[in-house]
Amino acid sequence: MDKELVEYFRAQMRKDPDMASAVAAIRTLLEFLKRDKGETILGLRENLTWATDCLTGVDSSVAVSSGGELFLRFISLTSLEHQDLSRCKKVMEERGELFLEKISMSRTKVAKLCHTFIKDGAKILTHSYSRVVLRVLEKAAAEKKRFSVYVTESQPDSAGRQMAEALRKLNVPVTVVLDAAVGYVLEKVDLVIVGAEGVVESGGIINKIGTYQMAVCSKAHNKPFYVVAESFKFVRLYPLNQQDVPDKFKYKADTLKTVQNLSEEHPIIDYTPPSLITLLFTDLGVLTPSAVSDELIKLYL
Amino acid sequence: MADSGVTDGPNKKDEIERVKSEGKDLTKEEKQRLRKEKKQQKKNKEKKDDKASQESEKEKKSATSAAPASQPPTQLPAQKAPSAVPAPAPVPVPASEAPAPADKPAKSKAELKAERRARQEAERASKQGKKGEVGQQAPQGKSKAPPSELQPVVKRLPEHIQVDNPDVLKKLAKKLERQQTPGYNAATKIPLRSDYGYKVSLFSHLHQYSRKAPLTQQLSIPSTVIHPAIVQLGLQYSQGIVAGSNARSVALLHAFKQVIRDYTTPPNEELSRDLVNKLKPYISFLNQCRPLSASMGNAIKYIKKEISNIPSQCKEEEAKSKLLNCIDCYINEKIVLAAKAIAKYSIEKISDGDVILVYGCSSLVNHILCEAFEKSRKFRVIVVDSRPRLEGREALRRLVQRGISCTYVLISAVSYILPEVSKVFLGAHALLANGYVMSRVGTSQIALVAKAFNVPVLVCCETYKFCDRVQTDSFVSNELDDPDDLIVTRKGKTQLEDWHQVDSLGLLNLVYDVTPPDFVDLVITDLGMIPCTSVPVVLRVKNVDQ
Repeated sequence: MDKELVEYFRAQMRKDPDMASAVAAIRTLLEFLKRDKGETILGLRENLTWATDCLTGVDSSVAVSSGGELFLRFISLTSLEHQDLSRCKKVMEERGELFLEKISMSRTKVAKLCHTFIKDGAKILTHSYSRVVLRVLEKAAAEKKRFSVYVTESQPDSAGRQMAEALRKLNVPVTVVLDAAVGYVLEKVDLVIVGAEGVVESGGIINKIGTYQMAVCSKAHNKPFYVVAESFKFVRLYPLNQQDVPDKFKYKADTLKTVQNLSEEHPIIDYTPPSLITLLFTDLGVLTPSAVSDELIKLYL
Repeated sequence: MADSGVTDGPNKKDEIERVKSEGKDLTKEEKQRLRKEKKQQKKNKEKKDDKASQESEKEKKSATSAAPASQPPTQLPAQKAPSAVPAPAPVPVPASEAPAPADKPAKSKAELKAERRARQEAERASKQGKKGEVGQQAPQGKSKAPPSELQPVVKRLPEHIQVDNPDVLKKLAKKLERQQTPGYNAATKIPLRSDYGYKVSLFSHLHQYSRKAPLTQQLSIPSTVIHPAIVQLGLQYSQGIVAGSNARSVALLHAFKQVIRDYTTPPNEELSRDLVNKLKPYISFLNQCRPLSASMGNAIKYIKKEISNIPSQCKEEEAKSKLLNCIDCYINEKIVLAAKAIAKYSIEKISDGDVILVYGCSSLVNHILCEAFEKSRKFRVIVVDSRPRLEGREALRRLVQRGISCTYVLISAVSYILPEVSKVFLGAHALLANGYVMSRVGTSQIALVAKAFNVPVLVCCETYKFCDRVQTDSFVSNELDDPDDLIVTRKGKTQLEDWHQVDSLGLLNLVYDVTPPDFVDLVITDLGMIPCTSVPVVLRVKNVDQ
């Protein structure tokens, strides 16, 4: 059963490499719902939770687990008082399609909100490869703004080079810098924009390792630090510091399964506290870090 | 006649201005005089304006139209009311020889408009003058403002922070008199407790009571007016036998249960209204014994709401059992179950090998630590304590009894011990609407030092302690404890025992302080883990639920 699930998920990822992994996960969950042969609503819910856990085992990013949980909440947030289970399932499926539609529009909404903050002649610093940031910069370029971008190389997977390639295709002048050169380059830039893998309850973010460093340096230089994230990345975690982030998010899924001693592994994400973030751009609007908790309460309660 | 009133007015006004500028309070007679004069002035104003409009109309016919009409208004806004009154006087007086009522029908629309404008300007100017005077009265806490559309909204200051204002104290005494049930004579009114000792000037607006003599020796408490369970509770509060915000709220609710059990509706009265009135003197009495806490305030609000929601057809026995049930539910949900929920969330935040710092004795934090120990988390605790209450000893006793390994330090050693600490757990007395945490004095100090060492600070608080008040400093509203508590005898010598004799010496024993939300990383409530800035969201959600 789970093999099918994983296969479908991987197929979705391959079909559209531009899609966020969370969206692929949600598509998979929707398909799973359609094919589910459960007899009760409770059973259905349990199966969906199990499926989400399964997918987190494949791709351990925060967004997959948050997206799955939000999906489950969204589809059950309607009256399921019908007598017939199949009718209930139909309602849930419709809600699921609606949810998918909403979140596929989210990146466009974010880009529309954020591109106005990029002024003509701006120098932007960004970290690693983020598709949301790419979309924002695309929109800004389409609005005939002239800007240049510095991208960190972002080891260990050199995702920054991928970002640089994509930006060159947009005819945006781009420079790749070392991760260690963030402090050096910050005096030249005007603003910093990063994506997020997850937005936590305190208003902080979880993102590729090196983001926290960048946030601390931009605070020291008094440069605005902007985060762009879709709303399905809001997750019910509340880390107090770097140690408090659960291990299942810190390392890649394969590493978690194979390696015995995790203390020898390098974590691939870090936590940036809300005090270092200026603004968050989401499809729910432009939020300050303290407003994130408000939105989360609305989403989850 | 009108002129004589005008000339008297300015003299009295100057006198009153002088008295005010000397900083003295206006006596009742002076205030009445002021009110009468204002009424007189208004009447004079109408007469003057009528005359002015008539004269201006007449002058418009003869000479430049707008000039005389604009003369009174331009003069008036430039001067205050007292001196503005004589200003139009010279204008109509010389020209008053021949008023021309017969010319009225010949007025044109424009002239009518100009007259109206002139009258409005005059009235506005006089009101500006009055506003200036009343604005000076407002900060003295008077809630009655003379009716005027331009009046700024004067907020009433709560009485418990106006102890240095004699008028407010008199009002409070009268209120206590009025609160006794009708039918009793004045000898059985609720007594007013008097303050003790010299109060530090920054905190002179708060009460400061002595605990040396038990309350029954200081006041005569009429047992016919106040239920004995409430008297017992008041004594327990004033002596510090029942302390801690959860304990005080639970004791209060139990006492109210006893009151409700012993209550019988008098004939021709409704339970829902009469019982609420019965509770008012009890609450005033308890407030005298020890100022009410935010949690007690919320509990009282809840009870009053439940009582007034009792339908009138309900029989007395039924209503009473319903109320008792409600109170039990409240205690169970908001205190007992909330503690369990908070413990569940907090245990997620305690990891093996943690060193946890706690301050003072918070029943909730102790409960959390005991639960975490039951769930076999490996941690050790550092208990920080401070004089004069030394509540940390009680917390230490409770934790050591369970087998948790503890260290005990005084608050002066906090910066020495903090590098070892991985987390700080604090309890709260109340959470204010702007995210500030009100807790035992010393808490904000610990939070500040923890922030400087980058140690996460977690505050644990049930939602029934959230209050709508906003405060940014610890001066505005606080509690002053008995200053004699600070006197200590060491090696046979008591240093401060003659502090009353020294004029320039004051002892200050504060009970609470407020911690800003920047120093608090996380608030654990029964609704979940929220950042300190989300307290107003919870209050909003709670209000919507109710």
